[in-house]
Amino acid sequence: MTTPTKFSLHDDSVVVIVGSGAGGGTLANELAQKGINCVILEAGKHYTQADIDNDEWGMFNKISWLDKRISAGGWHHTQTYPGLPAWIVKGVGGSSVHWAGLALRFQPHEFKTRSTYGEQPGTQVMDWPVDYEEMAPFYDLAEKKLGVCGSQASGLPMLPENNHYKVIAAGARKIGYKNIVRPMAINSQVYNHRPGCQQIGFCMQGCKIGAKWSTLYADIPDALGTGKVELRPQSMALRIEHDAKGKATGVLYADKNGKQHFQKARIVCVAGNSIESPRLLLNSASSMFPDGLANSSGQVGRNYMNHATAAAASIYEKPVYMYRGTSIGAVVADEARHDASRGFNGGYYLEGLSLGLPFMAAFMQPGGWGRDFTSAIDLYDHMTCVWVCGEDQAMADNRITLHATEKDQYGLPVPVVTKTYTANDDRLAKHGLQQWRALSEAVGAKRVIDMPPYPASHNMGTNRMSEKARDGVVNRHGQAHDIKNLFVSDGSQFTSSGACNPTLTIVALAIRQAGFIENAMKRREI
Amino acid sequence: MSTQKPSMRVLAKLPQLQRRSFLAGAAGVSVVPVAALSMAPTALQAASFKVLGSQTGVTLLRMARDIYPHDKLADRYYLQALMPHEKAAAKDAALKKLITDGVAELNAQARSRFGTSYVAIPKEADRVSLLKGMEKTPFFQKIRGDMVTGLYDNKQVWPILGYEGSSWQKGGYLNRGFNDIDWL
Repeated sequence: MTTPTKFSLHDDSVVVIVGSGAGGGTLANELAQKGINCVILEAGKHYTQADIDNDEWGMFNKISWLDKRISAGGWHHTQTYPGLPAWIVKGVGGSSVHWAGLALRFQPHEFKTRSTYGEQPGTQVMDWPVDYEEMAPFYDLAEKKLGVCGSQASGLPMLPENNHYKVIAAGARKIGYKNIVRPMAINSQVYNHRPGCQQIGFCMQGCKIGAKWSTLYADIPDALGTGKVELRPQSMALRIEHDAKGKATGVLYADKNGKQHFQKARIVCVAGNSIESPRLLLNSASSMFPDGLANSSGQVGRNYMNHATAAAASIYEKPVYMYRGTSIGAVVADEARHDASRGFNGGYYLEGLSLGLPFMAAFMQPGGWGRDFTSAIDLYDHMTCVWVCGEDQAMADNRITLHATEKDQYGLPVPVVTKTYTANDDRLAKHGLQQWRALSEAVGAKRVIDMPPYPASHNMGTNRMSEKARDGVVNRHGQAHDIKNLFVSDGSQFTSSGACNPTLTIVALAIRQAGFIENAMKRREI
Repeated sequence: MSTQKPSMRVLAKLPQLQRRSFLAGAAGVSVVPVAALSMAPTALQAASFKVLGSQTGVTLLRMARDIYPHDKLADRYYLQALMPHEKAAAKDAALKKLITDGVAELNAQARSRFGTSYVAIPKEADRVSLLKGMEKTPFFQKIRGDMVTGLYDNKQVWPILGYEGSSWQKGGYLNRGFNDIDWL
């Protein structure tokens, strides 16, 4: 073992990256491979695989971001999960520890939502300043990095089909669906020094053996191995400072004892997920930037997206044991296309996503009880379960704001997460539930129970990419329109949500951004 | 040459009745008819509630069964789910009051509508109708909310409901039936 690299707080040549998840962890590794020095500030602890248990509530309580947050707006979360709008991770690896590993690409039209759907009154649907063609090579690199099974880039074969997959796929085919996919970032055999999947289940509690890609045991150790990166866990970014010219100079953070430090920086990259990233920019308001950093557009925190979703469980006469094997079963992609004849813009995936018994009891019908409830739970082992994941439409008032009086343990204003779904979102989710019901009944389901959406694990928007500075927070490279050496490196830069899980796109953007930063540094632009 | 595939690994989901504690008094029975599992709570069970009191405890147990009725789950699983309240009430006067007042109110309503205490109402539907009326109260919310983890995050309950829990230590399901479905 080599001695871990350390950088001085006064070293103003480093890139400071806030967050170590799919965005920040990937970016750190990509920059380090190019020889660029980085300091990662990670708010959470550094858990290792030894800390990972096959225990839903145990891991939830261990790794979730449970600092106070408030759900507001018209969504059901104000009732069902008032203190837990989002279900993400506070720890090294961020939500790449928790993700189920589904690595779908955006479809070409999803980068051009405004041109494709036309003007959508009441929404801020907008085209990305990049398109699919430009992103395609970075998707290839991301698939290779993540070891996406079935992809040309990785060369890995598909994972075998588990029981949950088989039931869903059979139902899907019966109602005419053909596009059943499963591009999982889970090793189907040994790859990148990590083992093949053993069908353990519990993918969302962190993969015990490291078969599922996570920065925790993939990119972070690789980055640290270059000697170019220092990882500082339990380091909560409080504010980004700037000089008189409006250039970012570093990040003030609190260590595990609450002691504050200021790390100087040549470049600051923010990758704290779509609630913390805008929160940090808003908390960095100064006399020069009274509305927060990079916020001359007023767009920081706005257009919060988390997918139009719903869930459902189907009960069969005979056992399925959906929990045996990877948490994602079959993914039906036939409805992912844009086809306005269905009554909504954008599309969705029907993603077979198993829950263990403890989570099924908690999420099937929050607040539910009585025989109606327990008669379903009695047949837990006969269930399949779907998560409808579809595109939601950006709206300016769906946003992250700072609470006027309530503070968290760091003394920072508590974030308020305001979300109201559009009529389009509601129609999409309803369609998804109808199709799931038809799919399930086609293969013998006796009872189908619609479930409300889970706390949001896909958080996007809030620092959107835009062609013009007045429309968004960052440009096509994730670089702040207002501040050249400030970048956003996570899903908060998404201009639209797409229908698919965001991780692969976050990784592809981070790889692309690393190249841009390297070149801009060489050109001495930043 | 056999073409028969190995059959699906199916769990028995049987209640485990060997344990003596809390079941049918001190007799130490090894076989109990299923109906007995949802019998009225016994004196032994009531004695578990030293802080909240036996009357409150017995009502809580009946209430817990009525909230999440699984006929094949023995009382002890419900008792285990309630014990954190008993423990917490020893140190938390507000919680103790919330629970004892809540139970008193439930019994008061039981008497006014059915002329007897909650546990003595013979029909489950009648007891449930009382609970429905209290559904929004902080008392009911507290008991129901904590039962979700108290009952369903109990590893002893899992096999009875067909869930196997942690699998990595057994090598996952790669060789233990992840793809053995035989009825499609």
